[in-house]
Amino acid sequence: MASSQKRITKELAEVLGNPPEGIAVNLVDEGNVHNWNIVMDGPEGSPYEGGKFKLLLVLPTDYPFKPPKISFKTRIWHPNVTFDEHGSMCIGILKPEAWKPSSKIMSVLTATQNLLAEPVPDDAVETSAAEKFKNDRPLFNREAREYTRKYAK
Amino acid sequence: MSSEDDFMSGMSSDEDDVLQESENEEGSADDFGFDEPEPDLGFSQKEDVQKKKKIFDVNFKVYQPKDIQAQQDDLIDEVNMILDIRKEDAAILLRHFRWNKERLIEDYMDRPKRVLEAAGLGTNVAGPPKLEVIPGFCCDICCEDEPGLKSFAMKCGHRFCVTCYNQYLAQKIKEEGEAARIQCPAEGCKRIIDAKSLDLLVTADLQQRYHELLTRTYVEDKEHLKWCPAPDCQNAIECGIKKKDLDRVVPTVVCDCKHRFCFGCILSDHQPAPCELVKRWLKKCADDSETANWISANTKECPKCNSTIEKNGGCNHMTCRKCKHEFCWMCMGLWSEHGTSWYNCNRFEEKSGSEARDAQAKSRVSLERYLHYYNRYANHEQSAKLDKDIYNKTERKMTQLQSASGMSWIEVQYLNSASQALQTCRQTLKWTYAFAFYLARNNLTEMFEDNQKDLEMAVEALSEMFEKNVQELAEPKLKVEIMDKTSYCNKRRVILLADTADNLANGVWSWGIDF
Ligand SMILES: [Zn+2]
Ligand SMILES: [Zn+2]
Ligand SMILES: [Zn+2]
Ligand SMILES: [Zn+2]
Ligand SMILES: [Zn+2]
Ligand SMILES: [Zn+2]
Repeated sequence: MASSQKRITKELAEVLGNPPEGIAVNLVDEGNVHNWNIVMDGPEGSPYEGGKFKLLLVLPTDYPFKPPKISFKTRIWHPNVTFDEHGSMCIGILKPEAWKPSSKIMSVLTATQNLLAEPVPDDAVETSAAEKFKNDRPLFNREAREYTRKYAK
Repeated sequence: MSSEDDFMSGMSSDEDDVLQESENEEGSADDFGFDEPEPDLGFSQKEDVQKKKKIFDVNFKVYQPKDIQAQQDDLIDEVNMILDIRKEDAAILLRHFRWNKERLIEDYMDRPKRVLEAAGLGTNVAGPPKLEVIPGFCCDICCEDEPGLKSFAMKCGHRFCVTCYNQYLAQKIKEEGEAARIQCPAEGCKRIIDAKSLDLLVTADLQQRYHELLTRTYVEDKEHLKWCPAPDCQNAIECGIKKKDLDRVVPTVVCDCKHRFCFGCILSDHQPAPCELVKRWLKKCADDSETANWISANTKECPKCNSTIEKNGGCNHMTCRKCKHEFCWMCMGLWSEHGTSWYNCNRFEEKSGSEARDAQAKSRVSLERYLHYYNRYANHEQSAKLDKDIYNKTERKMTQLQSASGMSWIEVQYLNSASQALQTCRQTLKWTYAFAFYLARNNLTEMFEDNQKDLEMAVEALSEMFEKNVQELAEPKLKVEIMDKTSYCNKRRVILLADTADNLANGVWSWGIDF
């Protein structure tokens, strides 16, 4: 789809030319603009601080009419990310009813960053993390920090 | 009779005349009337048909697609005039308010801005929707900026190229089946796309699908409207019965396509049993299907000589080919006993308490009891199918006979009426057995079983006449007998349903098994 190509190229140029703080982007394979590698710094003041998290962003062929898919390649202990090899993330902007064709990848990236800083336990996919986040914050922070040290250094 | 009025809320009285089924309580031999439009027999049936409404009849109205469209248009016109807003906006507002016109007008009068905002109709800039070519425009979705690019913006001002708009709308309509709540493609903009703008942006087939979907939301949003569940039927039915009424009334409606169904649960006609009972019964039958299956098998052995007997008509009166023993398919009892007043094939004889003392015996009794009712329930279902087969076979022969004997189409219609009566009465009988399964044993139940017995005997008698061969059927005497029996069956059905509905409305049935 040609229209999709032009749009993605433009977005890629924008993100590369003016990357949001704490986010680095490159293509998985230079010849394919649909798969992006993302490296995200754990936000300051969060238990993820100091960690570097790899994510994979996949743009479907009917992007931007369909939302991108984003997942953590680095294990992360977080209420909204599955603590497994899939690292699937639940984030509002990518839900089909919220996504609009004019929504931008940049918004997805900053929304992901915000989610790291502020989990949304009511939208949890990793329930044990959500429970601890809600009921025992110090314990949650300690565990999340340990996992960050273990996997994201 | 005043109790029936409780169930008729939400319907205006001028609709009453539409709702009369052409069933007659004192049906004359000329008048078997069920769902079929009656052939005009040369005299007006009007006076006969305009009988007082029966207690088990509910008010309902059938709407064709064009009626449903007209209703929406009327509401839109009204709101358009009262609130002085564009028709497209009126339509969006009405859909947002789930077609509750009164609440829309009230809310809009109170705070129009807030209502428009909530319905996705933000601030207004005047002018009809149109495609434009804007110099220097770059589409935010596809990033195309070539000169001459046609673009469109709704009143929120978010502008996109026509190609992107088209793809966006196609996905929403075709893939997601969305119509009433498609928003502007701009991120965070809640403005709803209106029909006029949409027609400007998509091809004719998508426009048609969109309008179909919009029409569906009208019926789906309206509490008193439901789609006829018959496959390929596009009609909707309006009925004022509410969910909370369903333990006291069985709202049976008949679509113009002839499909009879319950407005409460959308299943096929299940009078006299209330919806909840039907749900429980069907679940029980599904759960117990293995135990019950062998019973409803189509072959049995003659109780006298044990030779295999197959059932190939709806009638329960079996005659063994080999020994000529006549018996009842249901209870395997002597047929000669069935014509007399001590016919009790329909009634389950409860065993005395002493016989069922231990748990195992009790469970056997309860299984026997269930099988008694299930057996008869399943048998009427099966017999209705067999009667239908007989009718189809007969119909073909009657057509031949018509051309051979010169009998007119109208003169053979009595068979159609008989077939209709058999189908409808068996459907009722079938559900009387599910109903009786849950009943406690008392006087009312005895009366119910008497009604059931009367109807069942009449139906079996009609079924037997109906199975006669074509030569016999053409006899004037048998024809009159069939016509009489048909009208008698219909009458017995009406009596049974009226009594049952009356008791249900008054909440006087007592249940032995909760449902
Ligand atoms: Zn575009
Ligand atoms: Zn907009
Ligand atoms: Zn229908
Ligand atoms: Zn029902
Ligand atoms: Zn025999
Ligand atoms: Zn019997």
